[in-house]
Amino acid sequence: MSLTYNRKIMDEIREAYRAWGKALDEAFAVRPERLKRFSTVSDQEIKRIYTPQDVANQDFIRDIGFPGQYPFTRGVQPSMYRGRLWTMRMFAGLGSAKDTNRRFHLLVKEGETGLSVAFDMPTLMGYDTFSPRARGECGKCGVAIDTLKDMEDLFEGLPIDKITTSMTINPPAPVIWAMYIAMAEKRGVKREALGGTIQNDMLKEFIAQKTFMCPPKPSLRLITDTVEFGTEQVPKWNTISISGYHIREAGSTAVQELAFTLADGIAYTEAAIERGLDVDRFAPRFSFFFNSHMDFFEEVAKFRAARRMWAKIMKERFKAKNPRSWWMRFHTQTAGCSLTAQQPYNNIVRTALEALAAVLGGTQSLHTNSLDEVLALPSEEAATIALRTQQIIAEESGVANTIDPLGGSFFVEALTDRMEEEAFEIIKKIDDMGGMLAAVEKSYPQKEIADSAYRYQKQIDENEKVVVGVNKYITEETLPVEILEINEALEKYQIEKTEKIKNERDNKKVAECLERLGEACVGSKNVMEPIIDAVKEYATLQEVCDVFRRVFGEYRDPGIY
Amino acid sequence: MKDRKLRVMVAKPGLDGHDRGARVIARAFRDAGFEVVYTGLHQTPEEIVQAAIQEDVDMIGLSSLAGAHIYLFRRVVELLREKGIDDIVVCGGGIIPEEDIPKLKKIGIREIFTPGTKLEDIVQWVKENVKPRIEGVKCKVK
Repeated sequence: MSLTYNRKIMDEIREAYRAWGKALDEAFAVRPERLKRFSTVSDQEIKRIYTPQDVANQDFIRDIGFPGQYPFTRGVQPSMYRGRLWTMRMFAGLGSAKDTNRRFHLLVKEGETGLSVAFDMPTLMGYDTFSPRARGECGKCGVAIDTLKDMEDLFEGLPIDKITTSMTINPPAPVIWAMYIAMAEKRGVKREALGGTIQNDMLKEFIAQKTFMCPPKPSLRLITDTVEFGTEQVPKWNTISISGYHIREAGSTAVQELAFTLADGIAYTEAAIERGLDVDRFAPRFSFFFNSHMDFFEEVAKFRAARRMWAKIMKERFKAKNPRSWWMRFHTQTAGCSLTAQQPYNNIVRTALEALAAVLGGTQSLHTNSLDEVLALPSEEAATIALRTQQIIAEESGVANTIDPLGGSFFVEALTDRMEEEAFEIIKKIDDMGGMLAAVEKSYPQKEIADSAYRYQKQIDENEKVVVGVNKYITEETLPVEILEINEALEKYQIEKTEKIKNERDNKKVAECLERLGEACVGSKNVMEPIIDAVKEYATLQEVCDVFRRVFGEYRDPGIY
Repeated sequence: MKDRKLRVMVAKPGLDGHDRGARVIARAFRDAGFEVVYTGLHQTPEEIVQAAIQEDVDMIGLSSLAGAHIYLFRRVVELLREKGIDDIVVCGGGIIPEEDIPKLKKIGIREIFTPGTKLEDIVQWVKENVKPRIEGVKCKVK
């Protein structure tokens, strides 16, 4: 093992550093430092300068190395963006399936290279539009999906055999995925050919995003069923998107996002191994999803640390041998929570910086938020600017010309090491609690995040952290932003559409399918085939989810603050 | 009538899971010395009103970030009125477009706090605008 710098060079550096320190003291005697404490958005303290002394223990091959080589600090593929740019995947969903289908066609025409579906709240929670719990919510923050017919309308005219589709869906993930597979098979596309992702990460739902259905244990069982089914039948599909995004949005620090996300990944891996699955068959289809927040270098370091940590976890902890199991492939979304309602056009700039950090961090796909997302769902114009932001980074800025251009920066490398170390400490704590499932049941991550969120809000209120337009550079005037509105008549349309399907379908067959699904849930048979059979008979989303609720029980928010 | 602490409810109506703001506000209210009732997520307007009556709160703060605020906030006010309650202050916060604010005020939401509002400003508003409900005058619960 050879360290990057030898002893003689280090001595010289130390001497020069001391000389600089002296000059610095003189400079600060004339003009003191701008702030008492310099820290990241996550409140990590940052030093005045970073030098080889901060990475003195780093070994180039062991810790940094080359892209496509263990531990993948610099990227998962050997060629990274020299071969192919990241997938530009804009999260979209509004109103009815037909409305969203129109938005998808627009985004594809404007150059996006992957699809990503946002569902409305009732769909995310496994209710049909008809449900009393769904009143007032239809199509408001995404597309409403009640039956296979909606899924068919959603993807009409889109080349699902060529383009990959990501679906942000959690408790009802097996059902929505079943509808996607059923839709594809009706169009003559085999399940083996389908590429895409279901989020399907329930642990982070309990921790942060909070769409719930069943309690943690049965939720983990359903996820393991999808992992097993996907490994055997839909080999190009990412069965889970292990997500830090929502953990960060809920107010965690960058290190907490890193630690909790990887701890979730460990829990899913353990559950699948316990089921008797071979880690080297299912782990290559695990994918990840991170937030890209405003603190540029902290984010770049986080992405690099995440890759290195997962590679170590898979190789050392789970003894995976397939290099694909060591790969952490991830999607990134710029931070919704960093956008401001005040002076909303500033959000374009924030998103551009965050997107740049994601690209320099080596993301596989990227969603850029629209300037108006803090006010409503994105308008067509705002969504197009957000997509153009990625295209400008990709094709004008030159940052994609070389791989991991920030690799070797003393600051970035030192920060990468430090974040890895701190995140591993948190993971150790979770291991000691008995793993993430036990930690979630004790509300440990939930409480930690609530503390961080409150601390950050206090820092903003006390002007310790600056948010332009909110606590500094405030203006009274605002440039108007066009707001997209969802038609209130949609609810009625959607309820009637589903009613008609219920009247026309073979209700006896639907009942039989749901019966078989109930038996699978009670026993240990994989639920995926019975669900696919049920949705092909046009069983509704809620009818299927009600089977889960009946067998496994419902989870209610403990209301911790 | 002896002084008692203000009793405030922070409520999350509907299916929206964004609870960061609601939980931060609940803490700020607690730190300000109020008694806080936090409903947790996914409450129907009926559940919120029932809990507000049971807990005898002076104010309900509704949080919504998923676009269904008009329906849900209105429904909470309607249910209170149906039960003959007009002295529980109802206010709201979250992602609420500017043009919806007059509509919400018209249906009886006293104030709307949008993103970027300081915690201390919200606490101050509550102190100035919410008074403990007079003991003994319980609402007419059927």
